[in-house]
Amino acid sequence: MPRIGTDEWVSEQELRTEYYSGLTAPARRAFDRVGPGPRFFAFLAICALFPFLTDSAFLIRVGVNVMLFALLALGLNIVVGWAGLLDLGYVAFYGFGAYMYAWISSAHFDVHLPTELAIPIVVAASACLGLLLGLPSWRLVGDYLAITTLFFAQIFVELALNLDRVNLPWRDEPLDLTGGPNGIPGIDRMSLLGIQLDDVRDYYFLLLMLLALIVVGLFYLNDSRTGRGWRASREDPLAAELMTTPVNRLKLLAFAMGAAIAGLTGSIFAAVQTGVFPQNFEVTLLIMIYAALILGGAGSISGAVLGAIIVAAVPEILRTPENARWLFYCALVLALLVAVRPWTRLAVVAGAVVGFGLVVHQLVAWLWPAGVEGETSGGTLAGVLDSWVFLPAESQDTVGNVAFVLLVAAVLWLTTLRGNARIAVLVPTIYLAAFVWENRLVEQPSVTRQLLFGAILVAMMTTRPQGLLGTPRVENPI
Amino acid sequence: MTPEPLLELRGVSKSFGGLAVMSRLDLHVDEGEIVSVIGPNGAGKTTLFNLVTGIYEPDGGEILFDGRNIIGLEPHRIAQLGIARTFQTLRLFLNMTVKENVKAAAYGHTKARWWQSALRTRAARREEREVDALAEERLAFFGKRLAGYRMDQPAYSLSYANRRRLEIARATGTVPRLLLLDEPAAGMNPVETHEITELIGRLREVGGYTILVIEHDMHVVEGISDRVVALDHGEKIAEGSFDHVATDPRVVEAYLGAQATSEGA
Repeated sequence: MPRIGTDEWVSEQELRTEYYSGLTAPARRAFDRVGPGPRFFAFLAICALFPFLTDSAFLIRVGVNVMLFALLALGLNIVVGWAGLLDLGYVAFYGFGAYMYAWISSAHFDVHLPTELAIPIVVAASACLGLLLGLPSWRLVGDYLAITTLFFAQIFVELALNLDRVNLPWRDEPLDLTGGPNGIPGIDRMSLLGIQLDDVRDYYFLLLMLLALIVVGLFYLNDSRTGRGWRASREDPLAAELMTTPVNRLKLLAFAMGAAIAGLTGSIFAAVQTGVFPQNFEVTLLIMIYAALILGGAGSISGAVLGAIIVAAVPEILRTPENARWLFYCALVLALLVAVRPWTRLAVVAGAVVGFGLVVHQLVAWLWPAGVEGETSGGTLAGVLDSWVFLPAESQDTVGNVAFVLLVAAVLWLTTLRGNARIAVLVPTIYLAAFVWENRLVEQPSVTRQLLFGAILVAMMTTRPQGLLGTPRVENPI
Repeated sequence: MTPEPLLELRGVSKSFGGLAVMSRLDLHVDEGEIVSVIGPNGAGKTTLFNLVTGIYEPDGGEILFDGRNIIGLEPHRIAQLGIARTFQTLRLFLNMTVKENVKAAAYGHTKARWWQSALRTRAARREEREVDALAEERLAFFGKRLAGYRMDQPAYSLSYANRRRLEIARATGTVPRLLLLDEPAAGMNPVETHEITELIGRLREVGGYTILVIEHDMHVVEGISDRVVALDHGEKIAEGSFDHVATDPRVVEAYLGAQATSEGA
């Protein structure tokens, strides 16, 4: 972590030279030479080509989910990452946008506004709600604001569940506003400029275009007086105010913009799903959006998008054991690549891990022949692994569970070690992780998914608390 | 006829609960003047700054800036009118770059709306270039200390003395007419203190700012002040040239206690 009063440019000179040395140096140099613009266009091009490379509706549906998440994370990034306001009511704006779109484009009230009109109405209404719910931020900061806004999120779900029988004095029968627990089904598909958006594929492209526009807009906004005003009020509201920044106005603007993006995303979600239900907007979703933002790096646009990709796509990849296995070993290798430097040491660790595995495998085969008779199931990777990690003939739950506990202990022990001792413990720990994975976790995919995902998050937060693409920050001593 | 003072306080009082921290203070700072405020701890010096910048609202009296009553205005409005300050305890935007710290202070005199910035219209681009030039110019005022590669460093990576300098640079980024400096030499070594003394002089000569400064270091006060105002318990106990104030029995009493004066007499 950075320290106040240390000149980073000088103190990081060594890291910098190391960064541009070793095996991956040419790739790193090439990547750094390309500016953010070309990188962004390359990313867009890959995303635009994606639907042509696959016929699977499921994969495109995952892509749509990723982009919905990315838009939500980008909106949240304005409020949390830039303006520094801990807004836990964010998901209410998403839900409000979805319900708002349902009211003006479905058979529920028999209103079918054209999409060109419906979307601006939803965005404007969400922004107004953002202004209103942002008002507490004038007097409350930090935890207090968080708890107040969390209350708004809860209220939204409660209202959605219970506003199906609203008694109005001028009506005889109660008004069904939200459809209660059954939600509002039968929402219109969108239709823009005469193009009817029916397919998931159409929404994929719509979302991609919106994402591109919003990313560019936010990129410019970040490096403008408004963006600087937000960050200044996050760093020190009083100092910002005394440096001519209208802090309260900027807080409201952040809330309104975040809400507008969330509302827009909600309307598209409603159209994709052709229905809205209260359980779509619960606090678990909020946690996932926060996870995406924090994982990617709060305050960073590319971080928000990357975080969304990870949070929305990883659980899908983990559905099949074969993919989960690839992801597990790739994550392991990647973590080693990042954590172990310089590359000579990395080579030692990699060699030691492979050697250690082969030796252990031989030892087990000699001492306890039944211990290596199990076979890892399926896939190209499995064949390679069979002679490295040992698997008992029939799965032994107790052995697996004990190994699991040992693994947790070893990882914790690892964090307290430095230097060569760390390397010495690291090698068996990796092997132990592979053993636990193959013996215990592969058999229970649903548990594995959650465990692996949690492990990724925990590992991330300890090694890079600023997130994958975030910048490290110091705590303000005031 | 004397010109109208740039900043004028008339009978300003402020109390927190039953504790009067400022009672009927009259003070004026003329255009182009450097006025020092001295006084023992708790004399109300920083409270004075907080009242002028709008953090506190006085219980009574008037605060006039350029002939206009600024009581009740929001702090950012007062800052936009041309009063900038630094803080005794540094309050930089630590996680922003050195240059961004100064650019952030330009919020008040720039106009681009958020949609213009998001679309990067021509007006927004031009303004952005102006702000950039302004920031570089304000940082160049401190020679090499804040220039060069340091401009793009996060503010937290600066040394203590450079952070103090950046506070001043940031304050000048608001394009002020009156600079309020709260102990600019606090925690600095003798060489740096000497440098600050020179710097405050240059701020007036080159920058054209009127300066009101709180300072404990009497060498600095002696070196820079046109006029010195001594406060104690929220009251003005002496005012005039440095020599006059430094030898005033009430000032000596405030700093050293009543006994010292009686023994001296």
